[in-house]
Amino acid sequence: MASFLKATYFIHSNSNNFQSHPFPKSYTQRLKISTSPKPLTMASLTTNAAAVGLSQTFTRLKKQGKVALIPYITAGDPDLATTAEALKVLDRCGSDIIELGVPYSDPLADGPVIQAAASRSLNKGTNFAKVMSMLEDVVPQLSCPIALFTYYNPILKRGVEKFMATVRDTGVHGLVVPDVPLEETEMLRKEAARHNIELVLLTTPTTPKTRMKAITEASEGFVYLVSSVGVTGARATVSSKVQSLLKDIKEATPKPVAVGFGISKPEHVKQVAEWGADGVIVGSAMVRILGEAKSPEEGLKELEVFATSLKSALP
Amino acid sequence: MSSAQRPDSFGRFGKFGGKYVPETLMHALEELENAFNSLAADEDFQRESSLFCEADGEGPLIYLKREDLNHTGAHKINNAVAQALLAKRLGKKRIIAETGAGQHGVATATVCARFGLECVIYMGAQDMERQALNVFRMRLLGAEVRVVHSGTATLKDATSEAIRDWVTNVETTHYILGSVAGPHPYPMMVREFHAVIGKETRKQALEKWGGKPDVLVACVGGGSNAMGLFHEFVDDKDVRLIGVEAAGFGLDSGKHAATLTKGEVGVLHGAMSYLLQDEDGQIVEPHSISAGLDYPGVGPEHSFLKDLGRAEYHSITDEEALEAFKRLSRLEGIIPALETSHALAYLEKLCPSLPNGSKVVLNCSGRGDKDVQTAIKYLKV
Repeated sequence: MASFLKATYFIHSNSNNFQSHPFPKSYTQRLKISTSPKPLTMASLTTNAAAVGLSQTFTRLKKQGKVALIPYITAGDPDLATTAEALKVLDRCGSDIIELGVPYSDPLADGPVIQAAASRSLNKGTNFAKVMSMLEDVVPQLSCPIALFTYYNPILKRGVEKFMATVRDTGVHGLVVPDVPLEETEMLRKEAARHNIELVLLTTPTTPKTRMKAITEASEGFVYLVSSVGVTGARATVSSKVQSLLKDIKEATPKPVAVGFGISKPEHVKQVAEWGADGVIVGSAMVRILGEAKSPEEGLKELEVFATSLKSALP
Repeated sequence: MSSAQRPDSFGRFGKFGGKYVPETLMHALEELENAFNSLAADEDFQRESSLFCEADGEGPLIYLKREDLNHTGAHKINNAVAQALLAKRLGKKRIIAETGAGQHGVATATVCARFGLECVIYMGAQDMERQALNVFRMRLLGAEVRVVHSGTATLKDATSEAIRDWVTNVETTHYILGSVAGPHPYPMMVREFHAVIGKETRKQALEKWGGKPDVLVACVGGGSNAMGLFHEFVDDKDVRLIGVEAAGFGLDSGKHAATLTKGEVGVLHGAMSYLLQDEDGQIVEPHSISAGLDYPGVGPEHSFLKDLGRAEYHSITDEEALEAFKRLSRLEGIIPALETSHALAYLEKLCPSLPNGSKVVLNCSGRGDKDVQTAIKYLKV
């Protein structure tokens, strides 16, 4: 335990030297992200692997030659009790990281399935405090780390610092905020680092190479590659562009890359892993199962079958 | 902050503004800004709307800036034409837009018909019902009007859906945002496209009375007609700037759209600005009898001007707006849009406090033909 704590401190102590740089218009010229490269030391594993964060999870998986399965579900759909059970089910099925979405009234990056899940959840009275309370209960029972997926306004409402502290207190390790692009992340990254939360940044097929490099340098935990130009939602196939995008990103950074948006079948997951992804994120397909099931119990059963099928498609 | 820096190169007005959108759109926003900068020098639109004096015996002199006489019936066309030209410059063949009252939708459909561009307009189901005339006009002009049922089925949801469409189709599509809201460069661009209103006002004021206006009044939904009138005069400290928002059923009713009076700072639709939100940071459903003011956000530059103390923002209820709607019709033979009626209603409160002979210029942002069906429900004439 002690050596683990020491390793954690060492990995995050660089945040004390975090200097904020204003982002000039031509970020290619003067941009200097001051986060130093993270050492790839293996933290000694403890019995409670939930103490391990996102990047450490990827480090372990890489050594084992494995690709991470990262499901996403929206908190509170059909209800928070089911969400708590679903997190445990997904953990048991071998998920390596789980993304939990905080429902929001105006989710710009989400397609109809996740939009509907968020609406249903909000109509049921789900709020941030309830989600945190549920997580406080459930996180100690999980072996894989949790990353919260939330839009920016709910963070701002609480105040960035308070938000990070609250989230950290529940044992959550990571954060994904889809409507804060690189230029606006300065404050978020500072506070996240201070609270040992890994802020994952997104890069997309429309992101120019130089910008992508800046994003990968600043991203913590892993780099989120959005597979297609669009919002969340299952697609028939995964764009072949993902293969070359993965190659470009891996040339730019040694950090792990997980691919998300549109991935909904074992075949997709297998394909993306073969193309070199370190992790695969599956969202809408999971949300749809829980949302459309005849009962929460049915939904959990189907979720288990589905997650298992995805896990077996991965190395 | 001098006007040369409003906004700065990140699109910020002080702490407001910015670009809070999914990464997928960032490149398109940069392209758009570059195209705007290269276009800004070029075009010189031929137009001039009249400054009309409301005859009044004593008290202040009220002048109406007649944006209602524009082609399509509101100030919205200024921005639509300019953005359509930008879209062509960018090689985009498909246009999308959001619309509340329908005026921006009609203006967009109009320019798309004129320039041969494919046009899709997003409109909330609730708005489609109360502005049915405009829905018909858009379709007549060849646009596809897509109904939005999600959320509260009004302007904010139409805007969210338009942004999602843009995220998905950004490579072929230009999003003609209708107000000074949204991510940079929109607040700046849309302001620039409407700034002709203020420029003309300065020229006309000089011609008519050899001076400047003392007070400028405009209704504020997203804030485009107000920024169009105000921008020219922001650095003239002796000109008072007054924006009027919708108080709906009253500020204490919880059913209003008075963002600058009752809102808190947050991020909505790409910009940091005041917005109406609950304790959890969820965006609240606003209410106004006028669809164009029924928006829980406001342009970031207005938030900036408010915090700076440069502009004042007040609000007017549905009832007061309806009274003003009737009053202008009777007094001047001009039927104003319900949105504009909010600004007109505020004159009742403002004028008694002004010295005789003060010059007040009010932006008559639109005409009220589109509102007669709504008015019929509420008014006995």
